[in-house]
Amino acid sequence: MPAKKNRDKKAAAATAPANEPDPSAPSEATETQPAEEPRPPVQVLYCAVCTFPPEYCEFGSSFTRCKAWLQENHSDLFDKFYSEEALQNKLGTLSVEAQSRLEKDTAKKEAKAVAKADAALKKKMSSTVTIKRIERNKRKHVTSIHGLEAFDIDLKKAAKQFASKFATGASVTKNPQGQDEIVIQGDVCDEVLEMIEEGAGMLKGIPSDNVEIKEDKKKKTTDD
Amino acid sequence: MFKKFQPSTDIAGQTPVKSSVQRSIRASVLSQWKIEPETLEAIWPKKEGLVHVKCREHLSIYTVKGEPILFQHFDGPFYPTLRLLHKYPYILPMVKVDRGAIRFLLAGAHMMCPGLTSKGGYLPPKEEALPAGAPVGIFAEGKEHAVGVGITKLGTEEMKELNRDVGVETATYLGDDLWVVQSL
Repeated sequence: MPAKKNRDKKAAAATAPANEPDPSAPSEATETQPAEEPRPPVQVLYCAVCTFPPEYCEFGSSFTRCKAWLQENHSDLFDKFYSEEALQNKLGTLSVEAQSRLEKDTAKKEAKAVAKADAALKKKMSSTVTIKRIERNKRKHVTSIHGLEAFDIDLKKAAKQFASKFATGASVTKNPQGQDEIVIQGDVCDEVLEMIEEGAGMLKGIPSDNVEIKEDKKKKTTDD
Repeated sequence: MFKKFQPSTDIAGQTPVKSSVQRSIRASVLSQWKIEPETLEAIWPKKEGLVHVKCREHLSIYTVKGEPILFQHFDGPFYPTLRLLHKYPYILPMVKVDRGAIRFLLAGAHMMCPGLTSKGGYLPPKEEALPAGAPVGIFAEGKEHAVGVGITKLGTEEMKELNRDVGVETATYLGDDLWVVQSL
């Protein structure tokens, strides 16, 4: 069993990993004996804008923003990737015309992504949150909140928040249209509206103009 | 594979994996990847249970502490996720595509032979030739980190000979929907 042997060697090997070969060179990696210690992972830096490793930012859809981010946070890397020399090297095997096509493509992609983000934001800002008071029987009501998910709110967590705030049951259910909504026991319309306006807890970023209150009564009864 | 993948609709369920099954997965991972048991232990400690995330079309993703580490299609080979491959780039054999192919790869295309055989590309030399159906890490010309994980459709020698059609089928690539999902 190699595992047992490892234990004896461990003390000796403890200092070893520092001078291990660069794991990014696979041909070397095949030659080395299995390490006794777990090999440390390669620390990869990811771009905060597009989540790619920065060397791939140029293929992403937010190149200019990525570039700015890299320059600000990791100027050494920025110099490495975008200095004149590096740009020259990159041209290496690619014909000039292919390169220009690539650049055009990237620009197009970027414009598209920006337009898409804009449209998404617009949609988000125009979508409404509906708070509905539903009569369950004469004096009892439930409150249903619909449309929160458009504002990137985790419905389950929001329901939990409502439940603990009002000390009642609150759950995520599907309404007859198949959309998710939060149902809170009891009539808490106004309190919910207040919470949304304050942006309490996780209910952030909802413009209060987009919130509307509705009332749903059972058809038979008319008294309030 | 993950060009269109919506965690909310495409995941059928999550179940912890039985320890006996975990053992067999561990054994096959060790035999399929070039990874030392110690390193695998660091990625996936024995005590930490594996969670099987079942997705549509016979796709299984396995996660440790919510982080996807490997996936499998049907009974096929195990692929590491790209993030794992970035951390441990030596676990899969390398193929390299030339610069011209990167943008197609990032759009989810399969890798054609000419991109692998051209000057900027790289295929393992004859002694280390890969058969068809081997998982490979796809690297790119002039770049340090992997861009994708794929499976060879042809043997590497065949690729050099034929030099057309799909050489490596892309399983996951930088920026696809599996990449976007950081935890399940």
